[in-house]
Amino acid sequence: MSDDEDELILSELDDDELVQQMFDDLYDGLKEEIEEGVNILLERGWAPYRILTEALVGGMTVVGKDFRDGILFVPEVLLAANAMKGGMFILKPLLAETGAPRMGKMVIGTVKGDIHDIGKNLVSMMMEGAGFEVVDIGINNPVENYLEALETEQPDILGMSALLTTTMPYMKVVIDTMVEKGLRDDYVVLVGGAPLNEEFGRAIGADGYCRDAAVAVEMAKDYVSRKHNQGVATGT
Amino acid sequence: MTDALSRLLETRDWLMADGATGTNLFNMGLQSGDAPELWNEAHPDRIRTLYKSAVDAGSDIFLTNSFGGNASRLKLHGAEKRAHELSRISAELGRDVADTAGRTVVVAGSVGPTGDIFEPLGPLTHSLAVEMFHEQAEGLKDGGADVLWLETISAPEEYRAAAEAFGLAGMPWCGTMSFDTAGRTMMGVTSADMVAMVEGLDNPPLAFGANCGTGASDLLRTVLGFVAQGSERPIIAKGNAGIPKYHEGHIHYDGTPALMADYAVMARDCGATIIGGCCGTMPEHLEQMREALETRPRGPRPTLDQITDTLGGFSSANDGTGDDGNAPAPRRSSRRRRG
Repeated sequence: MSDDEDELILSELDDDELVQQMFDDLYDGLKEEIEEGVNILLERGWAPYRILTEALVGGMTVVGKDFRDGILFVPEVLLAANAMKGGMFILKPLLAETGAPRMGKMVIGTVKGDIHDIGKNLVSMMMEGAGFEVVDIGINNPVENYLEALETEQPDILGMSALLTTTMPYMKVVIDTMVEKGLRDDYVVLVGGAPLNEEFGRAIGADGYCRDAAVAVEMAKDYVSRKHNQGVATGT
Repeated sequence: MTDALSRLLETRDWLMADGATGTNLFNMGLQSGDAPELWNEAHPDRIRTLYKSAVDAGSDIFLTNSFGGNASRLKLHGAEKRAHELSRISAELGRDVADTAGRTVVVAGSVGPTGDIFEPLGPLTHSLAVEMFHEQAEGLKDGGADVLWLETISAPEEYRAAAEAFGLAGMPWCGTMSFDTAGRTMMGVTSADMVAMVEGLDNPPLAFGANCGTGASDLLRTVLGFVAQGSERPIIAKGNAGIPKYHEGHIHYDGTPALMADYAVMARDCGATIIGGCCGTMPEHLEQMREALETRPRGPRPTLDQITDTLGGFSSANDGTGDDGNAPAPRRSSRRRRG
């Protein structure tokens, strides 16, 4: 490292500069710097919810857009999400204490026969980054696992992932079983994975196909806000 | 003694590989979520039928039913101890079919990804990956595979680990990656990156290339990207037969046999030597591909416009290679450097 490069001192930046720097640090996947930034903002009296939305979610939105546009790829996004997680670890208990508003809840898992969890993990991390509560039931899930998680967690959204052409049809098995049990309309079902497309999502009866984690977040926000509006309109 | 693939490559200027494994097995009754590799033992007749259908349609090379036959993938089905055995059987069945074909047919032992992410972002270490690939390689070798065939890889670390493992098994090999994300692999590898990696290996493959990914047109753009790097190594093109569509409980691909025939000759004109299909490519596709390769003359290297005119549009505006003038710019720049 050259001597003329000044070491950045985060605590010397004003709030705006610090948030901008945190956007850069999230983009570069610098976990320790993100943790430091979160702690500085807390010391300056920022509410945990404001740090989450303005600094972390704001920064991850930029990461999500560049992932969507083919500028960042999986390794960079995993690093960014890991940095985000460092900040979330500090904020999570404080958010609960302060009764911060909640975006919604999602149960997510990879379907039976499929061990791929990269896409699922990206979606989980980006959803958490957007303020959602995420319950990850892991890989290789038979329909029973999904039903059990829906029952115990009562989420707003069910997310299913598959990376293989040999496993993607299993999503239909899960949705069909939900229909049989009269549960289908209680949840928003989002699906994703490399071999899927929008038409496939429609054909199996999902509410949406998410091309990538950034789209998943946008769709989830959209559905949850519509649900809230509906609730207000019908008074339920 | 050289292997069957090297001998064929010496005498022929193009070879046809096979089509889909999963799509064909579904049509024979494989249930979604079940391990295709367990059928090597449970339904050897169906696996022989699968292999024979590719040979009868004119394939010079077919891949064994062992794509998910590594310990990490088989663990899902409680069969992680059976990687060697199930891989061996897949190759033995292939040997039977190839040896009765009446011409030279190459049994290529398929090796797919582990599904795990390498450290530091994930749990997979280099030595663990080498160990898993080596175990599968020995099984395929014992079953009589002519060559090993690594496919659908996204991470360069995984490709390198397989190369090392195949060297330990003393087996010649081929290896393709899957370019499905804006013209790159999921891990961001461009076609140019792959050529540089392959040429830097201590144990390089006989041939390298691309399989699966998105549509056939994207795959040919990737092949042109390989060619632009000037590698002398034979190039493999194994593209999907169009886009997956769901119909009455099954996945169908919308690429017609006629379209795949056009794809095959275009792949050869692009500079590919080993040409086959991937997901959705059935025997009827292979038959028309073979006929087209045998009857249609070679033409000049197609342009990107000619590819999209014939096979449909690309899934992304660029593929991360060449002049990056029209590539989107990062929204944040790294202002910080770690000291």
